[in-house]
Amino acid sequence: MIPLNRTCTQVSALLIAREDRQLPWTDRLALRLHMTLCATCPRFERQILTMGNAMKHWRNYDASESKSADNRHEPK
Amino acid sequence: MTTTRPPTFEMQLIGHRDYLLRFARLQLRNDAWAEDAVSETVLAALAKPQAFENRSQLKTWLVGILKHKVIDALRHHSREISGMGSTEDDDTDPLEHMQFKADGHFSQAPADWGNPEQQFSSQQFFEVLDACINKLPASQGRLFLMREWLELSSEEICKELGLTPTNVYVQLHRARLRLRECLELNWFAQPEAS
Repeated sequence: MIPLNRTCTQVSALLIAREDRQLPWTDRLALRLHMTLCATCPRFERQILTMGNAMKHWRNYDASESKSADNRHEPK
Repeated sequence: MTTTRPPTFEMQLIGHRDYLLRFARLQLRNDAWAEDAVSETVLAALAKPQAFENRSQLKTWLVGILKHKVIDALRHHSREISGMGSTEDDDTDPLEHMQFKADGHFSQAPADWGNPEQQFSSQQFFEVLDACINKLPASQGRLFLMREWLELSSEEICKELGLTPTNVYVQLHRARLRLRECLELNWFAQPEAS
């Protein structure tokens, strides 16, 4: 039997590690299981995904163009 | 007919210097190395203007050259860089700053950061993000940006700097948690950030 129990502390570490390396399948499975059972870790996951998304925008961000970038996001 | 001549290629290159320097400084964490990398980028562009055809994409082209120059610099200084990591950094795991109970559960739920997509075009947000990246210990900041700006894999980073995977993973883990904490304190927990 493969133990799939992970604490929130362990899950938080896995969610961070996932950004930089491929997790073993047991960890991936344990992570998914934990996410269905836990109310708080999904919030932490969203924070990590938000950071990744922020870095994607950061790579292409140019302060001298921020004016025009803001205009593009005017309410439709 | 207007007689204003379009800016020369040199002028255009110099116009992008600050943009390039910002990345080089954050990535290399050393102003002299950063200035060298940017100068080499400008010189390389001047030496091969014909390599560049579509001028509207000049900045993208320059960033591409800069990334190569920056990797050269990281390689060249890899000894200094990898020698620094262990002494300058404390050994605390930032996960310990988060609130966990003894049984491994959160004692306080992580904050809801909302849906910050619109903020990703705001100058203030990127100023805070730059500051948070810059506040990371230098070795962590470099590794973090090698992943996020140079877009190298963890394996490539190990190879470039001669570090072990464990070392790289530990430092990236700390960097990401520190950045999370810094963004939470300085942006997402601010009432005016919404």
